[in-house]
Amino acid sequence: MNNASPAAAIAFCEVSHRYGRQPALDGISFAVAPGQFAVVLGPNGAGKTTLFLLPARLLPLQAGEVRIFGTSLDADPRGALGRIGFVFQEPTLDLDLTVGENLRYHAGLHGIGRRQANLRIDSELAACGLGDESGRRVRQLSAGQRRRIEIVRALLHRPPLLLLDEPTAGLDVASRAALLARARALAAEEGCAVLWTTHLFDEVDATDLVILLNRGRIAARGPLAEINAAAGTASLAESFSRLTSDRRAP
Amino acid sequence: MSGALWARAFAGIAVREGLRFVRQRGRFFSALVRPLVWLAIFAAGFRTVVEIAPAPPYASPISYEEYVVPGLLAMILLFNGMQAALSMVYDREMGSMKVLLTSPLPRGFLLIARLSAASLVGLAQAAAFLAIAWVWGVRPPPVGLIMVMPAVMLGGLMLGALGLLLSSLIRQLENFAAVMNFVVFPMFFASSALYPLARLRQAGALLGTVAVLNPFTQAVELIRFALYAQVSVAALAAVIAALLAFLAAALWFYRPARARGFGGGG
Repeated sequence: MNNASPAAAIAFCEVSHRYGRQPALDGISFAVAPGQFAVVLGPNGAGKTTLFLLPARLLPLQAGEVRIFGTSLDADPRGALGRIGFVFQEPTLDLDLTVGENLRYHAGLHGIGRRQANLRIDSELAACGLGDESGRRVRQLSAGQRRRIEIVRALLHRPPLLLLDEPTAGLDVASRAALLARARALAAEEGCAVLWTTHLFDEVDATDLVILLNRGRIAARGPLAEINAAAGTASLAESFSRLTSDRRAP
Repeated sequence: MSGALWARAFAGIAVREGLRFVRQRGRFFSALVRPLVWLAIFAAGFRTVVEIAPAPPYASPISYEEYVVPGLLAMILLFNGMQAALSMVYDREMGSMKVLLTSPLPRGFLLIARLSAASLVGLAQAAAFLAIAWVWGVRPPPVGLIMVMPAVMLGGLMLGALGLLLSSLIRQLENFAAVMNFVVFPMFFASSALYPLARLRQAGALLGTVAVLNPFTQAVELIRFALYAQVSVAALAAVIAALLAFLAAALWFYRPARARGFGGGG
């Protein structure tokens, strides 16, 4: 895949990052096409969250380039943020506010008018089976419901690119499956490019683009079958284990 | 983005600040009770000890309660500014700051919008306290009650900008105790909130100088003069200068190239 292709929803080109002297990412290059579901898979400390925070501009880009739909993040950071929906690793909903108030706050931050925001909120909540929860305080909801609302929030400004950082962390099996199905449907049915980070290899599907991250470097990249073939193993679990075996103990 | 979109973003931020203030009942209650305790207990006790000589903006001798009300208004703003800073650090630790900072609006606008929204919350608290003080018998001229509102807003913005600056420098919530010890209490006590500047100068030349240089004193004096329908140009200039300095420093520390506190672990 051509990393600089203007067709890519998001392209990382030779991106490196360090915290002080500690390297976190080293020469990362890959691209995700519109409608593609890409999984960044790696153990804890591999650099997944750092990779995620760079296009969010929550960390400065130290080396390399991030392109959003062909435009450099540095050239048009605000335009880029308007085209990306984020689901962060930690819960970011305001617990004291209702679901509707949280979602209207986000809509306001993206300049969406109240009437249009309410229409989108109602339709998105209904689409993920939370149509009756708009007036409930977030504190009263389960972890799985909160996560689904964070996806609703990320979609309110209709972004063509969705970034999710370990969104299934701490969820039960049913909630994980529902969340994954929703994200896959967004890619397959609505053409949304999805970049999903995880350390759980059972979240990877045969058709996904897999980026295996280890100690800040890409250990393998491609469809599941290619990675397994390159590693000479029959399953992703084995490939994962073989390719990340040089990981330092925490 | 057009002005309407920016206005919607500001409205979103302001509504959230207002809702959070009202929902957090402990904060709401203590914001009103704290200055009332000072007025009802401290000022009542001090009335017999401290004699306030008539000096501008007061045309005639006044009671200590009357003297201390502008200082208590500024205290509301100081605590509100520090509460806003605490919320910023909390939001950064908990992650909800990321929602604000990933909006496609300029970061400076987002931070100023949040500062303004918090200052509006401070203004509402100050208005509520003035109503209580009125019942208590502290009755400034009606025109002063109108003139004091922009002064309170400006003072609130300045102290909120100081809070914003502190929130950009403080990494952890635990460090906020240090802010109370080294910022809030010295600013409050080394100011003209509780005793006239002339008295502070009598106590010591250094203390008098510190009090004059203290931006909190300038906010207190701006409010004091406005409450009696006068404008202290010196205090107004000092408060605006401090506001611009704190805001510029806060925006500098919050710029994306110096992003901190969001470091990845995975």
